[in-house]
This record gives sequence, structure tokens and C-alpha cells, in this order.
Amino acid sequence: MALVKDILVSMDYGPAPEVNEPVVGWLDQHKDGFNHFIDGKFVAPSEGKRFPVFNPAYETELAQVAQGNAADVDKAVKAARKAFKSWSALTGHDRAVYLYAIARHIQKRERFLSVLETMDNGKPIRETRDIDIPLVARHFYHHAGWAELIESEFPGEGPVGVCGQIIPWNFPLLMLAWKIAPALAAGNTVVLKPAEYTPLTALAFAEICREVGLPAGVVNIVTGDGVTGNAIVEHPDVDKIAFTGSTEVGRIIREKTAGSGKKLSLELGGKSPFIIFEDADLDGAVEGVVDAIWFNQGQVCCAGSRLLVQEGVAEAVYAKLRTRMANLRVGDPLDKSIDMGAIVDPVQLKRIKELVAKGEAEGATLFQVNKGLPAKGCFFPPSLFTNVAPASTIAEVEIFGPVLVGMTFRTPDEAVAIANNSRFGLAASVWSENVNVTLDIAAKLKAGVVWINSTNMFDAASGFGGYRESGFGREGGREGMAEYLKPVTDKPLKADEKVAAKLSPLPVADDEISGLPSIDRTAKLYVGGKQARPDSGYSYTVLGPKGQPISQAGLGNRKDIRNAVEAAGKAGSWGGATAHNRAQVLYYVAENLSSRAKEFEARIVAMTGVSAKAAAEEVAVSIRRTFWYAAQADKFDGAVHATKSRHVTLAMNEAFGNMGILCPDEAPLLGFVSLVMPAIAMGNRVIVVPSSSHPLAATDFYQILDTSDVPAGVVNIVTGERDALAKTLAEHDDVAALWYFGSKAGSALVEKASAGNLKPVWANQGIPRRWTEASAQGREFLRRATQVKNIWVPYGE
Amino acid sequence: MPADGSTERKTPSTSNAPPLSNALKRNDGTPLQVDWFESAQVNTSAAERRAATLSTRRTVKKEYQAAWLIKAVTLMDLTTLAGDDTPARVHRLCMKARRPFREDLVEALGLQANPPKVGAVCVYPTMVAPAVKALEGSGIPVASVATGFPAGLTPLKQRLEEIHYAVGEGAHEIDIVITRAHVLNADWQALYDEVAAMREACGEAHLKAILATGDLKTLRNVYKASMVAMQAGADFIKTSTGKEDVNATLPVSLVMCRAIRDYEALTGFKIGFKPAGGLKTAKDAMSWLILMKEELGNAWLEPDLFRIGASSLLADIERQIEHFVTGRYSSTIRHALA
Repeated sequence: MALVKDILVSMDYGPAPEVNEPVVGWLDQHKDGFNHFIDGKFVAPSEGKRFPVFNPAYETELAQVAQGNAADVDKAVKAARKAFKSWSALTGHDRAVYLYAIARHIQKRERFLSVLETMDNGKPIRETRDIDIPLVARHFYHHAGWAELIESEFPGEGPVGVCGQIIPWNFPLLMLAWKIAPALAAGNTVVLKPAEYTPLTALAFAEICREVGLPAGVVNIVTGDGVTGNAIVEHPDVDKIAFTGSTEVGRIIREKTAGSGKKLSLELGGKSPFIIFEDADLDGAVEGVVDAIWFNQGQVCCAGSRLLVQEGVAEAVYAKLRTRMANLRVGDPLDKSIDMGAIVDPVQLKRIKELVAKGEAEGATLFQVNKGLPAKGCFFPPSLFTNVAPASTIAEVEIFGPVLVGMTFRTPDEAVAIANNSRFGLAASVWSENVNVTLDIAAKLKAGVVWINSTNMFDAASGFGGYRESGFGREGGREGMAEYLKPVTDKPLKADEKVAAKLSPLPVADDEISGLPSIDRTAKLYVGGKQARPDSGYSYTVLGPKGQPISQAGLGNRKDIRNAVEAAGKAGSWGGATAHNRAQVLYYVAENLSSRAKEFEARIVAMTGVSAKAAAEEVAVSIRRTFWYAAQADKFDGAVHATKSRHVTLAMNEAFGNMGILCPDEAPLLGFVSLVMPAIAMGNRVIVVPSSSHPLAATDFYQILDTSDVPAGVVNIVTGERDALAKTLAEHDDVAALWYFGSKAGSALVEKASAGNLKPVWANQGIPRRWTEASAQGREFLRRATQVKNIWVPYGE
Repeated sequence: MPADGSTERKTPSTSNAPPLSNALKRNDGTPLQVDWFESAQVNTSAAERRAATLSTRRTVKKEYQAAWLIKAVTLMDLTTLAGDDTPARVHRLCMKARRPFREDLVEALGLQANPPKVGAVCVYPTMVAPAVKALEGSGIPVASVATGFPAGLTPLKQRLEEIHYAVGEGAHEIDIVITRAHVLNADWQALYDEVAAMREACGEAHLKAILATGDLKTLRNVYKASMVAMQAGADFIKTSTGKEDVNATLPVSLVMCRAIRDYEALTGFKIGFKPAGGLKTAKDAMSWLILMKEELGNAWLEPDLFRIGASSLLADIERQIEHFVTGRYSSTIRHALA
């Protein structure tokens, strides 16, 4: 024991170990190996295989955990399917009672779970105790609330079904909560696979499920590695996949689920900017950096890993950072005075070391504080790179470790340009005492979460999720619930399984030559506000209902799509126009459509052979629908989430930018209008491929656009083969979102092709819609035309 | 020199003065440098977040905790500033200052060779003489509040005279109050001149500038007032009189510590810090010790750079120390009244 008189001189903190006997005892109870949790029971792995789980701080084995295979996953999915029937039939209140009980039990076990998480993951007990586990309880409480309110807050929507959920190792139990709480609240059942490095708190959670009497099969937990995860992704009876993890694996999952009809949400990697302006509270910002990149050893998807500092204060900020880094304590994560614990696994440590070596090799200047680093265990010191440029590898790739890369900027514009110069778009942090600057930058950043004068703030009431290749879908808040709900349809139509016929550029032989033709009307493409001939120089013959040729349309190809996307990209001011202005333009479109209603009715009859009455209805609904989206343009508001006190957490609905839209064959005018109007009402620019078989209502429509003050490039129309053009759009990295209404095969094609930049795809899986009905209009279309940006604005003087 | 130059000067009595400072160079002050602070930014919520997590990021246990609590007592300005103070009351306080812990506890901690005593005793000017007498030979300095404490709105001449009086009575440290109006009106020159005059009036006695942060309201004001006081030659900056609605808080203390750090970087002078009012429990004391160690370093865990203004804090620490020694939770009746 150290002597008081000596401590009075050294004034050291001394050891402050968290007691871990209860957890050691629990692990000892399971020394024969953990099992899967399936159908309310702990079930041995079918092949009897287990793998070891380590404490990365001590490099000791903690437990042997079941290795799940396809048979185990199948058993779990069957249990979830069986449970779904009764679980989804419960009232929201009854489900709320279960979720409330889970929240309560997590609080009752908070220290046990904190210690277990720290031992399994290596993160400091300070974080598991003060951040992870309290947020877990908060998430279940919050979603007990959504369960209670489900009928009144989400009328017409129901659960998706069986959800397969695959979670990462950086916040093991918190990610479980983010997945399971909303799924259960909405009435889904789940099969969850925790990360192979950190499965233990999920197994402790399984015990809580039993303790609260959660019905068997509602929550199933299958442990294992990528093989197990793959079995979940590929299981035909899983209705939704929710994945949090690397962009690389997210891309594989996108490809594998393509065409399966599985709903998908991905929360992937990031390289989030942390921007410090010269008028920021620099000391406050330095503490922000600590919470941004040295929180959880930097193994945080939304870590502020790219430091952007205004040139005039860069040296001052770097100096303050170096001083602050010297005070960070790295060591035994169970010690209560530790700032940074262990890296989760030697594999991850190796990756961090390699990237840091690469940074040095590329000429960046490395600063590290190595004092007090334990000799044994997976530790890496807090690291700061300066002299970094956007072209450096370490500025581009996600390191997922305690490594900050520092760059400078001169002006706010340049800060935005560097910040957005990334394929990721998860989060950002902006520091300035000038409210104009902070809100301007927040609006311009491509990121799902923006923290002003703060960082890494989380709350169950706020949505979390990324733009761009950081994934799609949100977790938390109202927007997060949407991922686990779907519209309840009474009698869905049968899927269109047929493969679309190839369009021929050759003339159609027609027996009957009928006298003098009317003056030829040439349906062209419409790109950048101008009619354009197809790049190919070919047209295809549009046939009438009896197979007779009625006109020709341009046979658009990939270059036409390229041109259309470029034209759309130049129409960026549309998104910046006031919603009122956009509404005015849409009203004007409706007005002009109304004045030419007869012409469109005749065209619909000629193309499709429907009755005059049906054609009149299609046009009338098109006009009404355009009005409806005009009306919504300035009313599809965001929200202010109730998160922490003295915080405004703004959920803003933002347009994607360039959207690709593939129109259905049914209702050639109304299908076009029903998809284009919500998209442009929200501020998107669209590249539209009209129905291949009945394109003429859309090509007629560009005259309406021309006369209605629709700015050039906002709507671009490319006719041709839907699926060929769809593939080009799905692959295009400058198209941010895609709606596909066509065949089942086409749905699979676009979903797969979208994996390149991981754009969100809304594909109908070949199931036609009744476009004249109310279900073909509504907030779902607006929600799909926007992405939510959550901006956290703490205030106080 | 005071503005009117007419003040009658007593020669400060330093016969009983212990060394106030070890190897530290006393702050010379600087000319008023408005550019050092006029664009200073303090984000309140960021400061609050840092303050709130300081004591959750660090835990001090067992013998370390005992040592840290003993340290807190040695940093304490044991204070009585009440209208009913009498020489006898001050005498009682000084006796406690000399021997804050029961002898058996001191022995159990192995500190009998160098038993702990408080950092200073802090009283009103008319109580300085009894305090000096009661502390004779103890090496414990006497601090006196002055300058129209707590509001500081008596004429400057009288305020300076009060300093001379207290120093003449044998005070080694003078806790002055600033004119809050100068801060609220951003009249930095007036604030600078006032504190500089007070510093001069203090002579060898050390000047602790009470900013009365509860009246200044914003953390930016706190930062700016801290800077001006240091430029004007303050040896310590102190949060509060203990009489404002809000006294020492961790966010305010954090901002003052950062000002001290910045001033040292600019001038090389280390300035002391004294939170006062509101530190009542052993846990509070630990939070402030952690703040000093984290933000300024171990040098600010010694009485020449850190003091805690407190009256009831000692009683709580005594109970904690007894608990450490015996393993039993203690009662105040087992410890001598201050």
C-alpha cells in the first residue's frame, strides 16, 4: 500500500479498479461454452463448434461461444416466423409493457452489463457505465413509447416480418438495442447476430429476455462469424436485413439481397470531418476532439477523424491538442481513471498500425504520446497526424482507431469542399461561435448527423444514419421506426415476372399504308431543358394496344443517361429555391396539364386502349396529384426532436440531389406524375425513364414542363429500354437515389447495380400498383424522396 | 499608487509571515493588453460538458483518496465571514486551523512527523489581529477580505485604505473584490487601474482578486475579467465572495483555469486559483483537485497556487478520513468544531 505522505507529494491518481467478480462468476457458470438463444431457449450449436472470445486488454480467453451455421440460422428464423404471428397481433400497449420491462431490467443489471462489455470489448468502464449502457436503457424506454403509440402514430402501417440483424463490435449492446428495440416496437421478430469479437452482452441480453418473459422466438440470438451472418442475409424467409458495419460488407449485403424483396438498412463507415473555425472556443473544441476521436479508442463509425482547422488558428489548435493528448490515460479499461482502453482485437490493431505506417510513409507528421502504454494487450496510443492533404491515404480511408488527421482550410467554402470531398457522409462536427457560420455549414455538409459545437451526441429520440456510402436508413426517433414498418396493403397485385421484350430500332412492317400522314411529331429526349436526339441516332417504334405502330420514340443509351445526369447536376439551384417557389411551379404544371387534358386523354387511349373514361380519370388524378405534391412542397416539415435539455435537435428533410426514376408501364401518365412530382417537390432533380411501351405521355409532357417555368435540368426524360437505362442509372455514382417501378428481374438488377455507391433504391419487386388509388400518393413518397439530416444545436450562455 | 496619493501608509507587518511562495516568481503583471482577451470565446455548453465529465473520468480511491482529502485541507482557506464574528470565534477557528484532524487520525495516516494544517485562515479586516495572534508560530498565513467586501462599491480611497489597514494588522493575503460594473460595461481600463492600485496597496501581501463570477453571468466575462486581473498583477484569481447567488461552479473554474494557462503561456507567470463558496463536500473537493491536475498540472495542487475557500467542507472531510481509518461511517460530533 502506498503511503499517504508519499501520495501527498506525487498526487497520483492511483489505481481505481472496477470490481468484476460478478462477471467472472457468470463467465465461470458458462465455462462449458455458450449456446445460441433460439425460440426462448439456449440451444447448442448444431455442429457442436465453438470459438473463443478474448479480453483484448489482458489477451485472456473469456469464453467459448457457439459458431452458428445455416442450420442454426434456419432454426432461429423458423422460431421468429412462428412467433411473428402472435407478437405482431399483440396490441401496441402489450408490446410496450415488454419493452418497458426490458428497459427496467437493463437498468437493474447496468453495472454487470457495463463490466461485461468492458471486458469483452476493451473500452473503458467510464464509457460503458456512463454512455453505452444508459443509452441502451434509454433506447428501450423510448421504443416502449413507440410501441404504445404505434396504432395512433403510424396508421396504415404494419411490421415488416422477420428481421435479420447483424451488428458490429464497437458498441455491442448499444447496437443491439438500436436494432432490437424498434423492431420489437413495430411488431417484428428478430434473428440477431452479434459480432464475433463481442458476443457476450448479447447473450446476457438473452437472459434478460427470458427474465422478463418475452414470448419465445421474438428475439433469437445466433452467434458466429461472417458465415453465420451470410446465412441470415441469404435466408429466404427473412423480410428485412439491418446491418451496421463496414462499407465493404454493406456492399456485399446489398448485392446479395438484390431482388430478394428484403427491406434493407445499412449503417456503414465514415470519415467524418471535425471543422474548427477561427472564432471557435478553441479549448472547447479541443475537448470536442477528445470526444470525437479518442472516445472508444476511435473505433466509432461517426468518429470525427478528419480535423479541418482554419489556417490562422491551426498551429494554436495543434499545440493545444498535443498538450491535451499528454493528459490522456491509456490502460486497463476496468480502471475508472482511464480515458482509452484496448483496441478490440489484434487484427484491428494490425490494421491501424499499417495505416499509420502508410501515413508516415506518405510524408505526414505523426505525433503520439506513448507514456504509460501497457506492455501487454491490444493498445495503441492517441495519435495526431498533421501535414496531411486530402490526397493522403489516411485522409481518405477509415482507420477505425485513435488516429486523427489534421488538415487546414482558408475559407468556409473551402471547409465545405474538403469536408464533402469524401465518399462517406455519416457525421460532421462544426465549431464556431457564429451562429450564421455554423448553420450555413451544417446545411451544406453531406452528412446524416451534424453536431454544432459538440460531437458524438446520441439520443434515442434522434435519428442516426448516413448519406452517401455511409449507408441508408435511420436508427432512432420517428425516422428510425420507418425502417421497421411497411404500408399495410389489402390485396397486393401479383408480381410481374415477365422479362421485358427488347426494343428494336428497326421499322415495324405494316401492311396498311394509309394515305397522307398527319404532320409527323417526333418524340425526342428531354435533357437540360432542351429536346435532344438520342445519342445512338436510333428510334424505336411505339405500338398501340393492337400492336399497330403509333409513333417512334428515341432509343436512349448510357450516354444519354450520362448527359441527363450532368444536366441534372447543373440544376442545383432548384433545391435551394424556396419550397413556396417549387410549389408555384408544380401548381403551374397542373394548370397547364389541365388545359391540355383532352390531348393527354387521347394519347393515353391511343397508346393503351383504355376507355375514354379511364383515360379521363388518369389525367384528372394526375392533375390532382400534382396539386397535392405542390401543396406538400412547403409542408413536409422536419422536426425538432426532444433529446437533451438545452439542445435543439433539428431533423431536416433534405433532397438527395440527382434521382433516377424508372416509370411503370401501367398508367403511363399517372405513373410518371406520381413519381416525378414528389421527387421534384422536395427539391430533387430527376432523370426519368418513362414507360418503355407507352412513352408518349411523358414525351408530350416536356412541353408542359417548358411552359410551366420548370428550370432546365430539373426534369430530364430519356426514353428507351427501361432495364438497360436503369442499370446505367443504378451504377451512376452521381445519382444519389433511385426509384424503380418495373419487373421483378429489373428490381433485382438495379438493387445489385446500386452497390457501387450504395444509393438507396426503392424497387417495386415487379408488383404493379393501382396508381389511381390513394395508396399511390402520400408521405411515403415524400419520405423516400428525402433523407433526414439531424443537426444538434446545443445552446446556453 | 492610489489615485489620490493621499493615503496614509502603514508599514506592512511581516514579522509573523510564513513564506507565501516557494520558488515561484511573483506576477509582475503587464500593461493592459485588451487584444489578449477581447476576441476570447467560451462556449457555455462545451464548458459545461467538460466540467461535468472531469470527475467521471477520474476516480481516486482508498489511500489515494485519503491523501487527496488531506491535501484539500492543506489547501483550504478556512473562512469565517459573518456579521457576528468575534475575536473569540476567530480564535476557535484558528485553533481548528492549526489542528484540523484528531491526533489519532493523523497517526493512523502516518503523518505525525508533519501534521496537516490548513492553507490559511480568512477573515474580515477587523478580525485580522486576533487571527494573527491565534496563529502565531503556526506558519499559517492570515488572509483578509478587503475593499468593501462583498459588494466592493465603497469609494476607492476607502477600499485602498482598508487594504492598508488589513496589511497593517498583519494580513499576509488580501482577498479584494472587483467592481463588477467595470466588467459588465467592458471598461477594462477602469478594472485594470483598480486592481493595479490594490496590488500596489498590498505591498508584500499577496492579492487575490475576487471576480464575483455569479454577478458576471457569462463565461466570456469571467475569462476577460480573469485576464485583466492577472495583467493588473493579481497573485490569485478567485471565483466568489460566497455571498453571490451562485458561487464557485466547475464550469466557471474551468474557464478561469484556462485563462491562467493562457496567461502563463503569454507571460511565464503562474497565477493561483481559489474557488470559494459552494464547496461543501469531500466529493466537491475531489472534483476541484481533479480539475486543477487535469487543466493546469500538479503545480496547482500546492497552496502557493491553489486554495479552496470553505467553512463547512472541513467537517465532511474529517468524517471521510475517519471512515478511511476505521472502516466505520463517522459522525460530526466526533470531530472538533471549527
